[in-house]
Parts: sequence; C-alpha cells; structure tokens
Amino acid sequence: MDGQKMQVKTLTGAERLVQCMENQGVEYIFGLSGGAAMPIFDALVDSKIKLILTRHEQGATHMADGYARATGRPGVVLVTSGPGATNTVTGLLTALMDSVPMIVLCGQTPTFNLGKDAFQEADVTGITYPVVKHSYLVTDVNDIPRVMHEAFYLATSGRPGPILIDLPKDVTSAMCTAADPELINMPGYFTPGRAEQSALEAAAEALSRSKRPLLYVGHGAVIAGAGEYVTQLAEKLHAPVVNTLLGKGAVDETHELHLGMLGMHGTAYANKAVQNCDLIMAIGARWDDRITGRLSEFCRDATRIHVDIDRAEFDKTVTSHVQLLGDAKLVMEDLLPLVGKLDTEEWLEQCAQWRKEFPLKYSKRGKSLRAQHVLDRLNDLTKGQALVTTDVGQHQMWAAQFLRTRENRMWLSSGGAGTMGYGFPAAIGAQFARPETQVWAIVGDGGFQMTLSELATAAIHKLPVKVLIINNNYLGMVRQWQELFFDNRLSGVDLEGNPDFVKLAAAYGIKGFYIRKPEEIDKVLKRAIAYNKGPCVVEAVVVKEDNVFPMIPAGAGYREMLIEPPKKKLAKPEGST
Amino acid sequence: MAAPSNNALHTFSIITKDQPGVLVRIALTFSRRGYNIESLAVSPGARDGFSRMTITSRGASDGIEQIKRQLSKLIDVVYITDHHDHAPIEVEIALVKLRIPRDGRADVARITENFESLIADEDDDTLMLRLSGTSQELDDCIGALMPYNIEELIRSGKIVMDTGVSPLSDALKNVG
Repeated sequence: MDGQKMQVKTLTGAERLVQCMENQGVEYIFGLSGGAAMPIFDALVDSKIKLILTRHEQGATHMADGYARATGRPGVVLVTSGPGATNTVTGLLTALMDSVPMIVLCGQTPTFNLGKDAFQEADVTGITYPVVKHSYLVTDVNDIPRVMHEAFYLATSGRPGPILIDLPKDVTSAMCTAADPELINMPGYFTPGRAEQSALEAAAEALSRSKRPLLYVGHGAVIAGAGEYVTQLAEKLHAPVVNTLLGKGAVDETHELHLGMLGMHGTAYANKAVQNCDLIMAIGARWDDRITGRLSEFCRDATRIHVDIDRAEFDKTVTSHVQLLGDAKLVMEDLLPLVGKLDTEEWLEQCAQWRKEFPLKYSKRGKSLRAQHVLDRLNDLTKGQALVTTDVGQHQMWAAQFLRTRENRMWLSSGGAGTMGYGFPAAIGAQFARPETQVWAIVGDGGFQMTLSELATAAIHKLPVKVLIINNNYLGMVRQWQELFFDNRLSGVDLEGNPDFVKLAAAYGIKGFYIRKPEEIDKVLKRAIAYNKGPCVVEAVVVKEDNVFPMIPAGAGYREMLIEPPKKKLAKPEGST
Repeated sequence: MAAPSNNALHTFSIITKDQPGVLVRIALTFSRRGYNIESLAVSPGARDGFSRMTITSRGASDGIEQIKRQLSKLIDVVYITDHHDHAPIEVEIALVKLRIPRDGRADVARITENFESLIADEDDDTLMLRLSGTSQELDDCIGALMPYNIEELIRSGKIVMDTGVSPLSDALKNVG
C-alpha cells in the first residue's frame, strides 16, 4: 500500500491518466497531437499502450469506433484542443447514434486561460453536449482517477456511448496524488439488467397467441451478445427473424428463419413479413424512421413488444403493448423458458413464398459492371468469414442486402448518423482489434474521399485492410433520389474530378486493383483476399446510374414499397428525410 | 415528432448533482425538441452537493414525457418528477416597480390588498411591490396592475414541493 502511494505521488496528471487507461486494458489510442495535449502524448512514450497517429481527428474517432464495434471494448481517442477537438464531433455523433463505447480525450488550454480566447481554445464541452453520453471538463488534477473510472464505466455500461474528457494542459502537467476511487458513486445513473417478471409473462402470453410473429433484431442485440438466445427463441417459437442495418450478425443471416434486413432498403420478403405480421418483437431496436416508414401505418394491427435497455426508447416513435426494460441477452435468457412452439406453419410458408417470389436481384447481362454483382461475389468468396465495414450510401445498402453476416460484430456501419467517411477508418480500427480477421471496407467514391488520408495510417502499419471502392463517379444515393423524386434534376451529385484510386493508392505505396468488367470480379477479389502484405485498394468501376431496390420511399408506408424501378413519376418524399 | 397538439403546462422537480454544465444539458434537452422552458428556479437542495430545480414547460404530453425520460438519462440528474397530475405546494415571488406619483397609489393599494403583497421600496416617483403567491395569483395581480405604468418586473419562477412523504424524499435517502 505504501509503495503504491509513493508511486501515485510521483505521477503527473497525464501519467496518471495513462496509468488509468493501462489498468482499464486499453491497447490502442488513436489520435493526433498538438500543443495542449503534449503532456499526455509525452506520458504515452513510456506506456505499453500503442499510439496510432492518424492523419485527421475524424479518422481517429472512426478508428476507435471500429475498434469498439469489433470488440465491445471502448475505443480511445486523443486529440488536442480547439480544431483538434472540434474535428471529433462527427465521430462523437456517429458513436452516440449507434451506441458505441468511446472515450475522447481532448487537450485544452490551461485553466487560467479558459474563456480568454487563447490560442486553439474552443469550448469543447459546450460544443459537444448534444453528441456525448456524458462529458467532463477536468479542472483539478486529483479528479483524474475518478473521472477516468467513471468514464470507462459510463462508456461501456447500460446503453453504451461516447464520453468526452476535456483536459487543460496545466491539469495534466500537475502532480496527481489521488488514489483510484474505491467505488463509483453516480446516483443518477441506472443500468437495467433483467426485465420484470410481469413484463416477461406478458410478452410470453402475447407470443403464445400469435400466428404470425416476427422478431425484429437491432444493434442492442449485437451489443448485448444476445444473438445466440435470439436464435434459440426464433427456433423455439418457429418465428421468422429480420434485422436492422446494425443488427446484422446477431442472428446468422443464412439461418433458414432469417429474412434479411427490413426497412427502407430491406428485402421485399422481410418487408412483406413486417407488413403482415400479427406480432412484432423489437429486440434492441428503436423503430427509427428508416425502419417504420410512415408511422401511422406501421404495424398498426400487430401486437408490439419492445425489448430495450433504454427506457426513453419506449413509445418514442412507435408505441408498444409490452415493454421489457433490460439487457437484451438477459431478457432473452429469461423469456426462453416461458415460451413454446407456435402454430406458424402457414406463416413460414407464406414467408418462404415471398422469398421465392421477390428475391433480391440484379442483371448480370451485358458488359457493364454492377455493384450488386461485385458484392454478391464478395459474399460468396468470403463465406461470412470477413469483417465488413461500410461507408454510407448506395454501396452500403447493396452490401447490407448481398453480404450475409453470420456472426456478431462482423458488420460495422454508420446507421443512425449515416456518416460518410466512416467505413475506411472504421476498418483500420477493426483490423487493429482483430489482426487475424480478414477485414473489408466497402466504400463509395464519395465517402472514401472524406477520410482517405488514413491510407497513410493503414500503409505505415501494414494493415491488411482491403478497401473495395464502388465507384460510380456520383453521390449515388442522392442522385437516385433526384432521379426518382426530383424529375432527375441532378444537383450537387456529380463527382467529376475523382482521382484514379489505384494510382492514388500507389502514391501511398499501397497495392491496387481495378475491376472494370464482370468477368474480372472473381479473379481480382481472390487476389485481394490473398494479398496480406499490407492494405490494398480494389476500385470497381460500376455503371454510373443504378438504383437501390427494394425501396420504401422516405415517409411512405410499407404498402408503397417499390420492388422494381417505378413506371410512373413519384411524388416528393414527405414526412421524413 | 408531431408539433405539440395540446399545450398543458408541466412542472418538473429535478434533483441534480451540483456540477458545471448540468443546466446546459437540461436546457438542451428541451430546446432540441423545440420546447421552451417557461420558468426555471435553481437552488441548493436539502443535501450538500445536490441542486434542486423547478422547471415549467408547455407542450404535448408525449413530447413532455420523452423530455422527462431523456432528462432522467442525464448522468447528473438524480431524480425527476412531473407534477402534472398532482398539486404540490407552489410559490412564486415577483418584484414590480410602478412609475406612479404618491397621490395615485390608492387604486394600487386596493388591487394588492387581495394578494400577498408588501411595499419593498417607495419614493416620490416609484413604488416597488413584492408579490408572492401561486403563479396564477401573480398573473392575476400583475394583470390588474398593468394599467398603472409597470416600469420593471421580475418573477422568480415558481418553486414547488409535494406535500407529505414524497417519492422524491425517499429517493434521496439512498443518495450518497
């Protein structure tokens, strides 16, 4: 004890900060240095924690996010004050919207300069209040151990989320004499565990009366590691499963009861099941507008059961008849013994028929390369063994449709925030977390250019991340909307001036491949899969004008789902973006 | 969320940790949803290290319920209750300064005798009243004083407290 106290006394705030992170098991910190953060960067020199120097702070946040989603452990970011800190805002929003555990440490101007418009000063806690689960401005060096303990606990427990810690330079430079706190005292913080017995019984009772049940699985099931139990529940009930964009992987998408993704660009058969079910059970999903379409029409006649760890999600958009507040895994565990086989033979037959009648499809004819074809082949060649990240846009939706995710934490995508620029740095973070896993970043030509400076980061660490660029020289999803809803009046979507991405990769010393024709797909993908000396870039030059279907236009109801390109002109979307 | 379809007044009592930023987090929870805080009173509570607030806001009950749940998620918010369904003890204070000569003050006295009112200060030109009561009583009194040249007005915002042993005091027992 004495020895420990002696040691505590000799450490600066920054050294104590680093020590706290070592004790928390932090392996990597993603960051970019700067004046106000120099004491912390200095303390990292003597630490076993590996510092990954990124080329932009946004990249650092998405790497930490990718690391966190791939492992369930918090990703840590370290940046300097002012612009360094403001560059993390997009990454914070991305993590908050998708419930990702993240710690963002920001250098700050010394306390005596706060509020004086000092060099590189920004009111970072003020700027970030709406995009964090919680945040701290540390003004006393002896608060550092307590704040670090609280921050890691808050980031990872309950509904996970990002925590920002603003650290003035004089605080990190001062001597810290405080020991680790013995217990965490946060009387305003409550983390639900098991659901109430009465709610479990009500859910079981509602299920027992259902002839057409549907399990709707979201990111909460992934985070809780509930997939195995959800699978057991589906098998025990004989109920079909759909998942959200972020729920992919909780339940094996190749399972015979799995109908794929629901919602705006979900499979037609999943969406038909949503439209016709008599009971829908949300498991760690929050009925967002990409899932529900027009709220007044969504599952209005179905019994709605909602499992969530966040009480504020109940009745936020869709009201529910039974609400199970708790950790998805524990709720499933407790619910399983209360349910039995349902009489769903007809229902499953109906679902199977929809699957046959309205499959995901695309034309392989002709010489032109289609993104769907490339992704379909990637699915076959990786056999569910690859961890896939995506960016945001058409390629993301096609990837969600055609890549069938089989395991938890093998699909990382920015859902809630829809952050372009996410995919590539997230893949870097995931590859650091899981060096033995094959990692693919599937990106569009638009989003990739937002964070491609991290090619240097991937190259320097020789990370075998494979970047598949679906290049249509457009901001394709917006172009699709303009075509469908705005009389094809294209505005702000033409990415004229794109670089040759293979040559660009070469400038970083990175291997590159082109896919220009359908017959090149397999050959190139196989070569990319076999290439493990470092990162590689695969540029798939696909047809410029292609649209994602099925599609439920924004704000429309499920019955308005377009399975194929519409023959008539569509009204502008209303009610939702 | 649909625009508030009804406009009922909701009164929250909130116990928070006494931390910088708590008030901003609470205010943002209202403002991002397009709700306005009508009145706000903050003070230390019965326990060291904790603050107590009374906040009123107007809006549709589903929106207000969502705000309440989001507020209770804030790490520094220890307890929150919406007094919409039950009537707590309620007090508000106002200072009102009238620009009125001494010989014109008889009418004012007739109005204020129906309310809890004290003369806080007076000189030849001005009369400052200290009013207390429920917010409705203050509304009524100030309304009646309107014709008498109100030069300055400040209201404290209402403060409320449930009668008897309330869940709030129970909840605070377990707080370290």
